[in-house]
Amino acid sequence: MKSLEELKAIREKMQGQVGFRSEDSNQIRVVVGMATCGIASGARPVLTTLSDEVQKRGLSHVAVTQTGCIGLCQYEPIVEVLEPGKDKVTYIKMDADKAREVVEQHLVRGQAVAKYTLNAIDL
Amino acid sequence: MYRSHVLVCGGTGCTSSGSQKIIDALEREIESNGLKKEVAVVRTGCHGLCALGPIMIVYPEACFYSMVKEEDVPEIVSEHLLKGRVVTRLLYDETVTDEGIKALNDTDFYRKQHRIALRNCGVINPENIDEYIGTSGYEALGRVLTTLEPDDVIQIILDSGLRGRGGAGFPTGMKWKFASGNRGNVQKYVCCNADEGDPGAFMDRSVLEGDPHVVLEAMAIAGYAIGANQGYIYVRAEYPIAVERLEIAIKQAREYGLLGKNIFDTGFDFDIDLRLGAGAFVCGEETALMTSIEGNRGEPRPRPPFPAVKGLFESPTILNNVETYANIPQIILNGAEWFASMGTEKSKGTKVFALGGKINNTGLVEIPMGTTLRTVIEEIGGGIPNGKKFKAAQTGGPSGGCIPAEHFDIPIDYDNLIEIGSMMGSGGLIVMDEDNCMVDIAKFFLEFTVDESCGKCTPCRIGTKRMHEILDKITKGQGTMEDLDKLEDLAYYIKDSALCGLGQTAPNPVLSTLRYFRDEYITHVKDKRCPAGVCKDLLSYKINPDKCKGCTLCARVCPNDAIAGKVKEVHMIMQDKCIKCGACMAKCRFDAIYKE
Repeated sequence: MKSLEELKAIREKMQGQVGFRSEDSNQIRVVVGMATCGIASGARPVLTTLSDEVQKRGLSHVAVTQTGCIGLCQYEPIVEVLEPGKDKVTYIKMDADKAREVVEQHLVRGQAVAKYTLNAIDL
Repeated sequence: MYRSHVLVCGGTGCTSSGSQKIIDALEREIESNGLKKEVAVVRTGCHGLCALGPIMIVYPEACFYSMVKEEDVPEIVSEHLLKGRVVTRLLYDETVTDEGIKALNDTDFYRKQHRIALRNCGVINPENIDEYIGTSGYEALGRVLTTLEPDDVIQIILDSGLRGRGGAGFPTGMKWKFASGNRGNVQKYVCCNADEGDPGAFMDRSVLEGDPHVVLEAMAIAGYAIGANQGYIYVRAEYPIAVERLEIAIKQAREYGLLGKNIFDTGFDFDIDLRLGAGAFVCGEETALMTSIEGNRGEPRPRPPFPAVKGLFESPTILNNVETYANIPQIILNGAEWFASMGTEKSKGTKVFALGGKINNTGLVEIPMGTTLRTVIEEIGGGIPNGKKFKAAQTGGPSGGCIPAEHFDIPIDYDNLIEIGSMMGSGGLIVMDEDNCMVDIAKFFLEFTVDESCGKCTPCRIGTKRMHEILDKITKGQGTMEDLDKLEDLAYYIKDSALCGLGQTAPNPVLSTLRYFRDEYITHVKDKRCPAGVCKDLLSYKINPDKCKGCTLCARVCPNDAIAGKVKEVHMIMQDKCIKCGACMAKCRFDAIYKE
């Protein structure tokens, strides 16, 4: 290593990963339903995509975690975004591409992707 | 990338309670559950709460599992990592509340702490230089080499008010300034004192184990500031994990070109080598340490000349303690003012303490200077076990003294501790309750200094031995009141005439206990009684005939057949045979055995 730029490159690459190990009560929590119903309908790639994207973009205020069945098995994979002080947003029938879009639109720009939410359909 | 990081403490405390087995089991279970690509297992340094080890933290949820056993691992993997269900029964009690899981930083143990020297301990993998760089590692070195003049660096350290964390509290910037003359024309050295020898102290070990690169980075900064191109870390061989991680860290730093020739293309050369100490306490004294690095028997020499003038290999040398170095990169990155805004008027920043003895949360804490002893013991330390009463806290190890309950609210800093007859020392803090005998404590520390005295100067070699003999006499009930005066006189003679810090401070435990607990000494001498019931020669075990049921249990556990009695009859202890081990008292189910 001969320059500060090289050091900076390593730091930026690692920051997402090390920054991941923090706790903050103001964090946005992204919760993926990972019960049998969720896994069977493809929640795992959704979870890993969300986690990868969040770290790649260094979104240290976002924690991607998993949960069990929330009771709407026919709409799995389900992803909930819980932001302190805001209403919960529930995304349904997710896949990896939709997950990427949610990261880009919702987590980075702060706008929920209405067309994938539970509100977009008639229950 | 991994969606979850499982951090397992790999410090000495957790390693000895089996964290390696847990890591092995984790890796096995993660593999068999097909999570290998999703979950990373990271072995970190010490988290501080050694009493609850082995410790495991799962991110991103930040679940703090304590006292994890190997057999708990399959449950953690299948429940938490696979299904996302936190294993509540293994969580640290204090984080579990009615409203859910409390953040670790909101628990009593962590809330009042402020981590600078320990900021990476328990967070990064100490064997991976990239993780250190990921937390702004080596950025301070880069900034120093490319934007600052050596004198600017020294000025920042001076302005920060940082004082040596090894015990004496000498201003670090001054030390650097004294050694900074004639840069480039003479050979100079930067040394790191990692010969942590105080019984009960393990701050430096934890920094080396948890964040070794911070020491390397700071030494390189010091090298640039004074104009040295070679550093030595003198670390004790009894710290095998620390030595191994330092070796790995040095190798990685060399591979990255952060040690070696022409660092950051600035023409600055700096390299570091390890020197292992054999564990002599005196080698923590600076002149003895350098004599030992030179390959000679570790004995001190008179000062002046000070090391800044004539140190290692007769060259100007600076020697700082591990914790002191651990503060340096953060001071460079955040500025002298930031550091000076913490602490008290003359003691800036934070101090790491190793909490030990009669305290619930045994472990490592870093607090701003000026925090009171009460906060440290009652809040962070969780108080004294079994509802016992606080008697004294010992700081500074064999060189320090005792702080009695009357000074419970004194803000801890260098000057306040000296004023009340103790010293900061390297940061060991041993808590004592009503069951500790202060004469016995003084004797324990004197025994240590007698053993560790190098023998070069007479006051220390013979004086401490005589003091120990007098203390021994007192604990056996053979002391006289004249002995107390003699003890005090001798203590002052040794303080004034010993060659190095070891001898000059060796009488401190006696002087401070005499100052605050003289009545305990007097009880030993006049009444031939040990109020705390510790000094074996002054107590005897007895059986209360009203309580004894004749179960024979005590007679069976007695290793010396000193208890006589038949089944269902009152037993009796034969005092001439009793070796006062206390085994009978611990076993008795009816509280029938007492000591007096």
